[in-house]
Amino acid sequence: MEVKIKSMKHEDFKDNEYIDKLVEELNATGANVVVGKFDQLINWGIANSLWPLCFGTSCCAIEFMSLGAARYDMARFGFEVARNSPRQADYIMVQGTIVHRMAPVLRRLYEQLAEPKYVIACGGCAVSGGPFKNSYCVVPGVDQILPVDVYIPGCPPRPEAFFYGLMQLQRKIKVQKFFGGVNRKEKIAEFFEKHPEEEGRIG
Amino acid sequence: MSEIKEIISRILPSATFTEGDTLMVTVDEKDWHGFAKALKETKGLEFDVLSAVVGMDWKDSLGVVYYLTSTSRNWDVISVKVAVPDRENPMIHSVCDLWKVANFQEREVYDFYGIKFINHPDMRRFFLRNDWNGHPLRKDYDADPKLNPIPTEDEKNEDDTVSYVEDENGNVKAVPGKVFEEDEYVVNVGPQHPSTHGVMRFRASVDGETVKKVDVVSGYIHRGIEKLSEGLTYPQILHFTDRMDYMSAHQNRHCLCMCIEKAMGLEVPRRAQVIRVMMDELMRISSHLLSFGCTAMDLGATTAFFYGFREREMILDIFEKTCGARMSMNYNVIGGVIADLHPDFVKDVKEFIRIMPSRLKEYHKVFSGNLIAKNRLKKVGHLSKEDAINYAITGPSGRGSNWSCDCRKKHPYSVYPEVEFEEVLESGCDSYSRYMVRMKEIEQSCRILEQLVDRIPEGDIRAQVPKVIKLPVGCWYQQVEASRGTFGVYIESTGEKNPYRVHFQSPCFNLVGVMDLTCSGYMIADLITIGAALDFVIPDIDR
Repeated sequence: MEVKIKSMKHEDFKDNEYIDKLVEELNATGANVVVGKFDQLINWGIANSLWPLCFGTSCCAIEFMSLGAARYDMARFGFEVARNSPRQADYIMVQGTIVHRMAPVLRRLYEQLAEPKYVIACGGCAVSGGPFKNSYCVVPGVDQILPVDVYIPGCPPRPEAFFYGLMQLQRKIKVQKFFGGVNRKEKIAEFFEKHPEEEGRIG
Repeated sequence: MSEIKEIISRILPSATFTEGDTLMVTVDEKDWHGFAKALKETKGLEFDVLSAVVGMDWKDSLGVVYYLTSTSRNWDVISVKVAVPDRENPMIHSVCDLWKVANFQEREVYDFYGIKFINHPDMRRFFLRNDWNGHPLRKDYDADPKLNPIPTEDEKNEDDTVSYVEDENGNVKAVPGKVFEEDEYVVNVGPQHPSTHGVMRFRASVDGETVKKVDVVSGYIHRGIEKLSEGLTYPQILHFTDRMDYMSAHQNRHCLCMCIEKAMGLEVPRRAQVIRVMMDELMRISSHLLSFGCTAMDLGATTAFFYGFREREMILDIFEKTCGARMSMNYNVIGGVIADLHPDFVKDVKEFIRIMPSRLKEYHKVFSGNLIAKNRLKKVGHLSKEDAINYAITGPSGRGSNWSCDCRKKHPYSVYPEVEFEEVLESGCDSYSRYMVRMKEIEQSCRILEQLVDRIPEGDIRAQVPKVIKLPVGCWYQQVEASRGTFGVYIESTGEKNPYRVHFQSPCFNLVGVMDLTCSGYMIADLITIGAALDFVIPDIDR
């Protein structure tokens, strides 16, 4: 099924399978008839004012600073209000290697974010541990400790790659549902627990 | 060097010498502290800078290699090797009463090797959590992830420390202590704080708004690069240097390549040398521009940040055209550089040099002359020249304390002897001086680029190197001037295709060591500006 987002054309993006799958899951787990318009309104608001919690540990953070500067100017997309407190942010942008000493801190910051919350893993280190994967104290990818929504590969990713990743998050938000449906991974897991017969048929 | 040898054998007849790229003196552990004192104080030696402390595991013994520099002896370098055979409870006398820089360095060695330093005031781990099992750089370290799983809880008893004190009879006793007193008011800054320039954590005890003591808690981005390097071949370890201090990626990698080339006896083609120096200087400018922008942003001046980044993008474009990446360029390789210059390189660099002076004027107008900036930076974070030398604060921060310490002048390498440039010095000893040194260094870097841009010789961009690179048996130490100070690489080889030990002596490691000294007595808000003016990069500290 093709996802229809008015401002973001399906053919402009190369990897559409995951979002198609997500929409399929959403439609299977929740009803959506009248209140869909409310969802669209809320999602439009969230998707265009995504405030990141900057969690820059290394090189990727410098590229993120370039994103904030005049040339790449992430204000065009509504990302520019980089917050330093998790309570004011919508998503956590993990830029750089996460090591053992940092893992509990990152986990706690994630828990402090208000719902709805998202996680972006930027750069090789956050995605998989990168060149430091074999080290004695590096977490091999933040998905070991957090549920990740978007992965942005690169070492560090180019600013364009950052934008592509952030726009993927926008798309994901634009198809989510608050009313009459649930969209978080854990909620979906709960659903499958109650309806084991649905598993395998969907997603 | 023979003179040094003479004096040393007079002081300590039992010392043995090994010739290498630097003179290595081997001493017994029991003689070490007295000998260190003599090295520092004897007339004619006066080794006043402790350049590097390298922990070692030689399998039959554990030990430390100290690199010492004498500023009065024209920056002569010697190394001292101290080894102890005891693997269960190794102990070496601390020298942090002589060279203050040894404080954190010895904590690092304790963390990596478990060597306890006698009379060290604060023997905690530096990078790893206090509940970590084992000492990772030991050759017999058990890397089983089950021993050290990914933690979910915070560390317990962070305030506990221990000190191994020796009494008059030579008995060593562990004396537990506390970092902060029970009734002290401690403010925590970091590890996730926008103005610590990375993931550094400071714990500052305050009296009202005045800082009394700063405790540095490092290791939030400790990636174990040195241990990883031991398992890789020489060409494979090169890329780590780009990711330590990512703002001096070219210089760091230049240093590692030079160290390997020195060990191999490899001659680098002249074209490659000129290209390397030009890239180093571009990198330095880009780093200082970022530092300018971040210093301004830490004070709340966001506009200056945009100005700094505008010019930085020009340099990144030059890098991207030639190296193929904006950051983590991976450009230097053993024997030269990986790719030839882009046809636009000369034109782009000339354009940059043409534009930069007028932009610098703009910066000074926007920020340097600003009243708020002056109030926040001037007479804040005092660091005297003596302290800078004792804490081995090199780079722009050391030169802001009027200490002439530019490695490009003191240990000239590559084509630096052939170019004219001034070593920028400021005598204010405060944050503003450090900031001004950076701004003036941008001018000097432009001057170097100007001299070289029309004189890039034709020829090969890299020397012929064997497919499998093996270094002869021995150890080598190489220093370069990175954006933030003197960066050193120590390699010990046993003749295999992978190194036995690689140590990176990073300038930021020493910079963070003076945070306690420079912040004490100033306001808690100044902690941020002092940190910004010292300009440390955390992955360089933690490695």
